[in-house]
Amino acid sequence: MNLVEFFDMGGYALYVWSSFGATAILMIAEPLLLRTRRRNVLRRIARLIRIQTEEQS
Amino acid sequence: MFSIFRAIVLRDLTLAMRRRSDVLSALFFFVIVVSLFPLGIGPELETLRLIAPGVFWVAALLASMLALEKLFAADFEDGTLEQMLLTPQPDFILVLGKIFAHWLVTGVPLALLAPLLGLQYDLDTEPLWILMLTLLLGTPALSLIGAIGAALTLGLRGSGVLVPLLVLPLYIPVLIFGAGAVEANVSGLGAAGHIYMLSAILLLALVAAPLATVAALRISAE
Amino acid sequence: MNNASINWFKYSSPATFYPLAGRLIPWFMAIAVILIGIGLYLSFFVAPTDYKQGEGYRIIFVHVPAAWMSMFIYLIMAFWAVMGLVFNTRLSAMMSQALAPTGAMFTFLALWTGAFWGKPMWGTWWVWDARLTSELILFFLYIGFIALQGAIDDTRRGDRAGAILLLVGVVNIPIIYFSVKWWNTLHQGASISVTQGSSMASIMLNTMLIMALGFWAYTIAVALSRARSIILEREMDSQWVRELQEIRQ
Repeated sequence: MNLVEFFDMGGYALYVWSSFGATAILMIAEPLLLRTRRRNVLRRIARLIRIQTEEQS
Repeated sequence: MFSIFRAIVLRDLTLAMRRRSDVLSALFFFVIVVSLFPLGIGPELETLRLIAPGVFWVAALLASMLALEKLFAADFEDGTLEQMLLTPQPDFILVLGKIFAHWLVTGVPLALLAPLLGLQYDLDTEPLWILMLTLLLGTPALSLIGAIGAALTLGLRGSGVLVPLLVLPLYIPVLIFGAGAVEANVSGLGAAGHIYMLSAILLLALVAAPLATVAALRISAE
Repeated sequence: MNNASINWFKYSSPATFYPLAGRLIPWFMAIAVILIGIGLYLSFFVAPTDYKQGEGYRIIFVHVPAAWMSMFIYLIMAFWAVMGLVFNTRLSAMMSQALAPTGAMFTFLALWTGAFWGKPMWGTWWVWDARLTSELILFFLYIGFIALQGAIDDTRRGDRAGAILLLVGVVNIPIIYFSVKWWNTLHQGASISVTQGSSMASIMLNTMLIMALGFWAYTIAVALSRARSIILEREMDSQWVRELQEIRQ
């Protein structure tokens, strides 16, 4: 099986790659979005702690 | 127990009569939506007869949803609802009474008017009766299911958009069997099966929906 | 109360759950990557070309697992809703909240890949088939749950309101599915069978199962990770969060 044949999917290229592509994009994007969310929370907590220690001193 | 039920229904009906424009706006909404469809689709009687069941039922869903927001809102704002939930009377009956009053005000007039509007769609006498019967069976189920959504969104900002989002997917079985009954009659298949299913849905909603509504009200009014 | 149940409840405290989830996530992610990798290899290089549908049928290797996941996840959310209402644990509601976006994503993917499968097979992007229609309604239910959670600021109220909505939804799903099916047969609509039962080779079934297991592992990893973020957002003021290693960095 050569590469062109493989990507052509027997004429179904548009349908097959749109399906697998959308699935891949979403399933890669979701963990990345979650990582940003986690970083934002951590940063917010760190800032909160900093502000509170400054107030105390 | 029945006297509590009656007291609640009479109270809510009196309140509704004081603000008649609310009652009438739901009804006129129904009339206008139903009358708009021929303008959008065209006046061919063949087509109109075909789409009539669906149009009437979708319009009924939307109209009965319009007033849902007000089902508990006024009582919630002035604290009456909290008092009601604190009384030793069973909450199930209280909620059922409020829903029944809501149905009398929004569902019944709409069902009674539907045969008249059905004439615009060139429906025969028999489908017209079926339409009225299914609306009388289906709209109480709509009020019951809708009450859950109204109770969950009580006092939230933007609850006007949220209620349809929560409630419309749950309305689908009622829509299918209600519109299906009229359609089956028009096409000569007989509507009995659909009407039985609609009654079953109503019975299930009658038992289950007030329970969920009471639970949701307790959470929201806390 | 016996020993086992005490042990169990220990993990329902966010402070205990948080580090445990952190340790589990990489493992589940690794399992997911391996299984989905194997699944992709099988679906493109091992599974034979279908004699009727050509190469286009390979879409079912993502479509069917996504559709399965979309239904499983709603059931699991409802399970957590019951746990939350019965045992009054905060973590249960966080779990159903953490699962909801992933469930909605798989529902969307099932619809999307279904459309791309339907176009070459039936010549139309959308058919009002009972299964497709139910999937669409399931998508609406997910959106309703997420919207309700988003609209309620008070977390305690949000948790319990969400749980009630999930229970109402779970009771309704069979009724909706049955009525849509009834509606579909009366209208002589397209009734399609995705898998065609007996004619399906076992390699196809195995590939779908491996993909589905991979999606499972992925869902667990993603949900645990989202639950960890939700815990941090809610428990920002508590002492154990302040003492976490990762904040000092």
